[in-house]
Amino acid sequence: MTTAIELDGLGRAYGERTALAGVTLSLPAGRTLVVFGPNGAGKSTLLRILATLLRPTTGTARVLGSELPREAWRVRGRIGLLGHDPLLYRELSARENLRYHARLHGVAPARVEALLDAVGLGLRADDPISTYSRGMVQRAAAARAVLHDPELLLLDEPRANLDPAAAEALEPLLAGTPDRPRTRVVTSHDPAGGLAEADVALGLRGGRPVLLAPAAEVTVAQVGALYR
Amino acid sequence: MSVLSALLRKELRLELRTFESVPGMVLFSVTIFVVFHFGLDRASVEGDLAAGILVVTLLFAGMLGLNRLYVADEEQGGFDGFLLAPVDRTWLFVAKATALFAYLVALEIVMVPAFAFLLLGPGLGQALPELLVVLALVNGGFAIIAALVGAIAVRTRARDLLGPLIALPLLVPVVIAGAELLQPLLREGGGGGLEAKWLAILGLYDLVFGLLSVAVFDPLLED
Amino acid sequence: MYGKGLRGLSVATIITLVGAFALVFFYAPNDRDQGFIQKIFYLHVPMAIVALGGFVAGGLLAIQHLRTRDPKWDLRSYVAIHISIILAVGVLVTGSIWAKGSWGHWWLWDEPTLVSFLIVFLLYATYTPMRFAIEDRERQARYASVFAITAGAFVPLNFAAVRMAEAYTHPRVLSTTGGAMPGDMRLTFMVAIVGMILLFITLYRFELATKHARGRLRSLRRQLTGDDAPVPRRTAAPTI
Repeated sequence: MTTAIELDGLGRAYGERTALAGVTLSLPAGRTLVVFGPNGAGKSTLLRILATLLRPTTGTARVLGSELPREAWRVRGRIGLLGHDPLLYRELSARENLRYHARLHGVAPARVEALLDAVGLGLRADDPISTYSRGMVQRAAAARAVLHDPELLLLDEPRANLDPAAAEALEPLLAGTPDRPRTRVVTSHDPAGGLAEADVALGLRGGRPVLLAPAAEVTVAQVGALYR
Repeated sequence: MSVLSALLRKELRLELRTFESVPGMVLFSVTIFVVFHFGLDRASVEGDLAAGILVVTLLFAGMLGLNRLYVADEEQGGFDGFLLAPVDRTWLFVAKATALFAYLVALEIVMVPAFAFLLLGPGLGQALPELLVVLALVNGGFAIIAALVGAIAVRTRARDLLGPLIALPLLVPVVIAGAELLQPLLREGGGGGLEAKWLAILGLYDLVFGLLSVAVFDPLLED
Repeated sequence: MYGKGLRGLSVATIITLVGAFALVFFYAPNDRDQGFIQKIFYLHVPMAIVALGGFVAGGLLAIQHLRTRDPKWDLRSYVAIHISIILAVGVLVTGSIWAKGSWGHWWLWDEPTLVSFLIVFLLYATYTPMRFAIEDRERQARYASVFAITAGAFVPLNFAAVRMAEAYTHPRVLSTTGGAMPGDMRLTFMVAIVGMILLFITLYRFELATKHARGRLRSLRRQLTGDDAPVPRRTAAPTI
């Protein structure tokens, strides 16, 4: 089985402030890593580095076989990001936004239509994003994130704006297919739910890893301790 | 190339949807003509004065366009969305410069006739083809610098101030050359042809800064 | 490491500048038309030449920074530009004094050097505010390098354009003898230029040494006090 993510002493400093330091882990392909930690712990920083949006200042990172940031251009098209920012233009419709991203990624327009239906936005696809509810925006953003069928999916609190039904509906989209499951890195504030979907759990505090173990060996209490 | 077309379609579609740039620039320039009329206390201008007013008004309207150029991307996550795509990042610069060029052309379609109507003494007729050549080169210079400086300014504080402050000195050679070229065209019996040395300077400027911007644009988009 | 040879360099600079000073006052001839005030030329033109060189050097150092991403290149670029800005102000001031002394006006639009420097100064005057407006150090350095490269390429182009704009309408006003310089003027001029170049290099290395020392002091202090070290203020200057 190939390794999707290999980090060694990964860190990111902003001048004298350390946002992330000393993250070392190895994640096999198709597995899910869930990252826990209070706000400001470095979860988003880690995700942005993995997404090739941020250069690490220390350590090394190998994602999908390519070293970041040197070979970032190789893997960019195989990574998807769903963060707090939907990355959609508010004055354009969902269809226009997705078509734009499809053209950037070299994806056929038919897939845009398929995804719009899959997230249940088929009827409102031509309305500007500014008229959407937060749940609808999140669904449109999710469609954007998986538009190019990425091998690695990075999710920053993906269920934040969704009701349980919508979150359920989104799950198969984000998980990939059974014979080709996506490798996922998910940040979560929900110890029980997070551990349930994780294969590996990482706990960050103050930018440093204080917990790293297979999810089966981690208790909800341990995750809760991160927040104290 | 399809990347460029995707970016351009998005740019133009957004502009047509929001009208954030061009109408403001048009209104601004016509207002400036009125202000010039009162400020200079002249009913009609020609020659070097006309050339100066036209180029300076175009310049200031261009600064308005510069300020709006990257705002949508900065505020709505357009940068990240683009950076995640497996495409050469320089295309963003080309798309932005092309878009602003298009906005300036749209502006001039209204602004030049308005100028001829409100302030210009001599007619524009014979000089029109040369005028278009000059404006094209001037637009090119403005668009290139605006696309570069806009990217620098948009992620700093006081971006609306810093953008024009950096761009205006950089554009002085374009103003010089543009005004020198337009001067004879805006005179009675104009249309005597364009002075080669100023065309050369403008062309060289556009070429040098076009290439330079393409080379240094990438580091502006990281992180 | 940065302070090496600084004393010798300073001495050489002082000797050369004093020598140039002496030559200007006691050796170089008085200009027929402009009189004594023309001697400010020996200050004005070398400053201009060295400042231009400094701005271009700032751009070249910035290219190195973008290529290697090593912050020491950014520091060097910053210092070169810094000193050149100060020299540019000197060019404007001496040029203005010269203009007032020879022509009775504080400013001459016909003098291409003066006008070019005004434009260049206005451009580089935005360098420090731009740096200050970006909090993240690494991004600040990156953006500053892009600025330095663009502005460095702009300087010669601007010079050419302004000079061409004035060439046909007005001849060079603040020139001397227009053409070949007689021997005693040339010697004085050469010494003045060498002195100015030495001054630039000395100031450059001095400022680098100071910044380096301050950076070392800061990092030592941080090591001693640990997490209690005060958070550094926002700054436009690169820190090592």
